[in-house]
Amino acid sequence: MKKIVILAIVACAFPLAMHALDQGFYISFATRVLIYAMAAASLNLVLGYGGMVSFGHAAFFGAGAYIVGILTFEGVTSAWLTWPAAVAVAALAALVIGALSLRTRGVYFIMITLAFAQMMYYIFVSMKAYGGDDGLSLPRRSSLGFGVDLRNDFAWYYVVLFLLMIILYLLHRLVHSRFGRVIEAIRENETRAAAIGYPVYRYQLACFVISGAIAGLAGALIANQTSYVSPAILHWVQSGTLMIMVILGGVGRFWGGPAGAAVLLTLEEVFSGSKLLGPYALHWQLPVGVILLAVVLFAPRGIAGAFAKRPQ
Amino acid sequence: MSTILFLEQALNSLQFGLMLFLLAAGLTLVFGIMDMINLAHGSLYMIGAYLMAELVTQTGSFWVALPLALVATALVGAALEVSLLRTLYERDHLTQVLATFAIILIANEAVRMIWGPQSIMLNAPAGLTGPVQLPGGMQYASYRLAIIGVGVLVALVLYFLVTKTRVGMLVRAGASNREMAVAMGVNIRRLFTAVFALGAALCALAGAMLGPILAVQVGMGENILILAFVVIVIGGIGSIRGAFVGSLLVGLVDTMGRALLPIAFAKMFPPQVASNLGPALSSIMIYVLMAAVLFLRPQGLFPARG
Repeated sequence: MKKIVILAIVACAFPLAMHALDQGFYISFATRVLIYAMAAASLNLVLGYGGMVSFGHAAFFGAGAYIVGILTFEGVTSAWLTWPAAVAVAALAALVIGALSLRTRGVYFIMITLAFAQMMYYIFVSMKAYGGDDGLSLPRRSSLGFGVDLRNDFAWYYVVLFLLMIILYLLHRLVHSRFGRVIEAIRENETRAAAIGYPVYRYQLACFVISGAIAGLAGALIANQTSYVSPAILHWVQSGTLMIMVILGGVGRFWGGPAGAAVLLTLEEVFSGSKLLGPYALHWQLPVGVILLAVVLFAPRGIAGAFAKRPQ
Repeated sequence: MSTILFLEQALNSLQFGLMLFLLAAGLTLVFGIMDMINLAHGSLYMIGAYLMAELVTQTGSFWVALPLALVATALVGAALEVSLLRTLYERDHLTQVLATFAIILIANEAVRMIWGPQSIMLNAPAGLTGPVQLPGGMQYASYRLAIIGVGVLVALVLYFLVTKTRVGMLVRAGASNREMAVAMGVNIRRLFTAVFALGAALCALAGAMLGPILAVQVGMGENILILAFVVIVIGGIGSIRGAFVGSLLVGLVDTMGRALLPIAFAKMFPPQVASNLGPALSSIMIYVLMAAVLFLRPQGLFPARG
């Protein structure tokens, strides 16, 4: 508990410190980290706790982003309308995709979730009215009311942080609830969970839909963050990146998703900036790849796993 | 739609399917025998294409460079297997995904550092640049015909290798039941390295043959990798025959979908709708195909494990 309070204080103080140091750019970077932390945490719910290896999570992330993008483009800018719409559409997509995919297991589940995400990708590529391949620029960020201007990077950071804290709190409650235990039991032994009398399919589907809804919210935020959405946000490489964040951070560890998102994005930022590597910064993927390999070889339980005292 | 156009598209889908088969064959064996998800398979395809382009410039001849590029990529593959991938067989699938994703990043950057960020040219061999006259008054690019020829030849060789030779028997034994194969005294480590090197050589062949048609560039492996995965899931993981049928099926559905669906939609819907719907649905077709196959036959068309 003490650690979480310290973490929260650091997160709250971060923009003030950066502002004092005249490094305003890092506030925007930190906001991006928070948003990806939410997306990775949502994937960790199905992947880590549920044992369902969804290789198509970018579909929900991207659907959320596109709903905000399209609504803003059409003139609907209130966050109170667009964000819930993004969450609802992502949840609906997760319901349909989950209902069909969860009939398969193992590698086939991985491939079928991937297939559905690729279908969504091509659907958005073909929507010429909303930019098609080139993507869609948002004229402005969503408006929240109450005198909060989201164009201000400070205000935006704190709104995102607030939402992330709520989501993490809800996720914490969820995975420690009876529902969470059942989900983990199904991951450990599906047959036994079914024999005890739990409706395995319904539990898994519920878990999948909750995860998709959270990913949709993260997507709505990322569309506001970059003021731009393009089909690239639904591409399989994006699903892969979210998965890498979770694996890097620690599969099925509560802080795995956020830790992995923070570490991966920080690595990218450090190695792609010219401060450290000078002209070689162009080749930032090389050191990032080497570090990922090192994690696989030397920290098999991920970052959160390496720091945890007790084995899972 | 005229018959000639239809035949041309049929040949195109055959050509695309056969090249997919070269990639999928290696991937399905690695997946089936070693139970390893290798995302870096596409990187070997990219490395093969780049090595080919380099060797063509060095030697000045396409046909001299081709075997050299195959051997060189096979060596890269074997080195990768011995140094790194070998340690991953015992790990779970997610770890393999992370590790081979890291290899993609490293390979992409290594290639970018050596050959630069721009895509490079790889020309079709002299003598195969023009079209040929086919019976029925149809013209078709001679190089594409050569690709079909090479693809068919390799498929036949692979079929012979897998079904008629001792090595092939070991491969099939490993794919259907690895523990039993080990218990019967198969040196599975050496077999793995050999299979991996063979898979790398097939990747290089696909990269070298497709190089003159598609761009040789960083990231070329990522897009085709997913198609190769789709193929092996449709065909049944670990089955060469499944990979062959799956490749041709995916090649057919993808190429024909792109050619025929827009025409069909143009007839059925107003132009505004058709121009949006056609391209989207034709790109989606192969994924619909995969989803359909998985529903009807969850183990793929030709399951390798009994």
